[in-house]
Amino acid sequence: MQDVILGTSVELPQAVMQSVSLNLTVNGQQREFVVEPWTTLLDLLRHEMDLTGTKKGCDHGQCGACTVLIDGRRMNSCLALAVMQDGKTVTTVEGLAAPDGTLSPIQAAFIEHDAFQCGYCTPGQLCSATALLQEGHAHTPEEIRELMSGNLCRCGAYPNIVDAITQVLAQAATPEVA
Amino acid sequence: MYDFAFQTPASVSDAVKMLADDTEAKLLAGGQTFIPVLKQRLNKPSVIVDLNGLGLSGITSAPDKITIGGMTTHNAIMSNPDIQKRIPGLAKMASWIGDTQVRHRGTMGGSLANNDPSACYPTAVLAIGATIVTDQRRIPADEYFQGMFTTALAPEEIVTAIEFPIPEKSNYEKFRNPASRYAMVGVFVAKGPAGIRVAITGAAQDGVFRHTAMEQALATNWSADAIKGIVTPADGLNSDIHASAEYRAHLIGVMTRRAVAGA
Repeated sequence: MQDVILGTSVELPQAVMQSVSLNLTVNGQQREFVVEPWTTLLDLLRHEMDLTGTKKGCDHGQCGACTVLIDGRRMNSCLALAVMQDGKTVTTVEGLAAPDGTLSPIQAAFIEHDAFQCGYCTPGQLCSATALLQEGHAHTPEEIRELMSGNLCRCGAYPNIVDAITQVLAQAATPEVA
Repeated sequence: MYDFAFQTPASVSDAVKMLADDTEAKLLAGGQTFIPVLKQRLNKPSVIVDLNGLGLSGITSAPDKITIGGMTTHNAIMSNPDIQKRIPGLAKMASWIGDTQVRHRGTMGGSLANNDPSACYPTAVLAIGATIVTDQRRIPADEYFQGMFTTALAPEEIVTAIEFPIPEKSNYEKFRNPASRYAMVGVFVAKGPAGIRVAITGAAQDGVFRHTAMEQALATNWSADAIKGIVTPADGLNSDIHASAEYRAHLIGVMTRRAVAGA
C-alpha cells in the first residue's frame, strides 16, 4: 500500500519546490512521503506516521530516546534527516513485537525485570537492546553497560535494564542468535 | 533548523560543482555534528549536498598503508580486522567515539573536515603521519590541522580518503567526559614511519598538538618511565566546567604514560 503524505508547510509554494520524495519501509510497511529536507526521521515517524513510541528527548543525539533501527543498525532518528533514508528499512518500538502482539524476548524481559520507571526512555532502550543482542559484542554486564551507553535513563533503571539484557543473552546462548 | 534545499550529487565532481556554484552550500557526511549545529541554528546553509551514496566509504589494506574512505563510519573502522591488527590504536579510538548509535553514522572524513578541538581522529592522523586525500590533492597531516575548526581544506574541497602508513606501535588513551564521551584529554602515541610522535587532543584551544618534550624522551627510551618526570605547562590549556587547565596538564602526563605502557 502506498500513499503520499505532504509535509506541514505545503501552503508555501517555495516549500513545495524544495520538497523531496522518498520511499521508506517502516515496520514492514512500505510508504512514499514528500517531505521538506529539514524534516528529521524522528519527526517523520511521529508526525506523519503517528508512530509516537519513538520519543524526542534531547533532539541532539545525546539521550538515545529516539533510537530506531535503520537497515538493522541502531541510530538516533533525531540526527537523521528523513531525506537521507530513501529506500531504507526502519524498525521502531512498534515493530518489535510479533504481528499477533507477542512481545519480543527483550520486551518480555524488561517487564519481568521492571527495567523502567517512567518509561520515556524505554522505546529507545528496547530498540538499542534489540540491536545490541544482534551485534553480539556484549557478553558481560560491563560490556552491556558500555554498549548501551547511548541510552540514558533519568529514573536510573540501569541495573534492571542490564539484568533484562543479561537474561535474554543467556537465553540466546543457543546457536540461533550468533 | 532553517530551511534549506537538499541535493544528492551523482559524483564527487558533481558535489564540488554544487559547492562552487553556491557559496552558502554545505556538505553533509554522517551528520552527527552538523545536524545538531543546524538544529541550534548556528549555521544557515542554502543547500545541503549529501555525500552519502558516492561510494566514498570502505577500507583497503596494502602492504605499506591502510586507506580509509572519507565516508567510512566509526563502527566500520573499529570493526575492521586489518585496522585492529595493524593500527590497533586507531581501532580502539574509533570504538570510544560517542556511542553505538553515533558510531553507525559518524564518519572519519566528516570529523577531520570539522576538526573539533576535542575530536579524537586528529591525534591518530598527526601521530601516525597520515595523508588526507581530497578531490584535488594530497595533504600531509603536518599541514592539515590549522587550529580550532580550521583545516587546510579549501571551501569547495572534499576529503575522499585518509591514508595511514603502518606504525610499528600505536595506542590511544582518552580521559572521557562522562556525559559526552568527548576527550577531556586524549593522547595518541605512535612509533612508525613519521618517527616517534605524541599527539594530544581536548586539552588546547587550537585543538590537536604534538608534545615534543614527550617525543624526545620517548625517542631515547620508549617506556612510561622515560616520561614520568615531564611536567606539561598549564599555560594555554583549556579551563572549563569539566576541568581546569592544571588538571588537564596533569591528565596529559597520566594519559601519555598509560598510552605508552599499553602500546
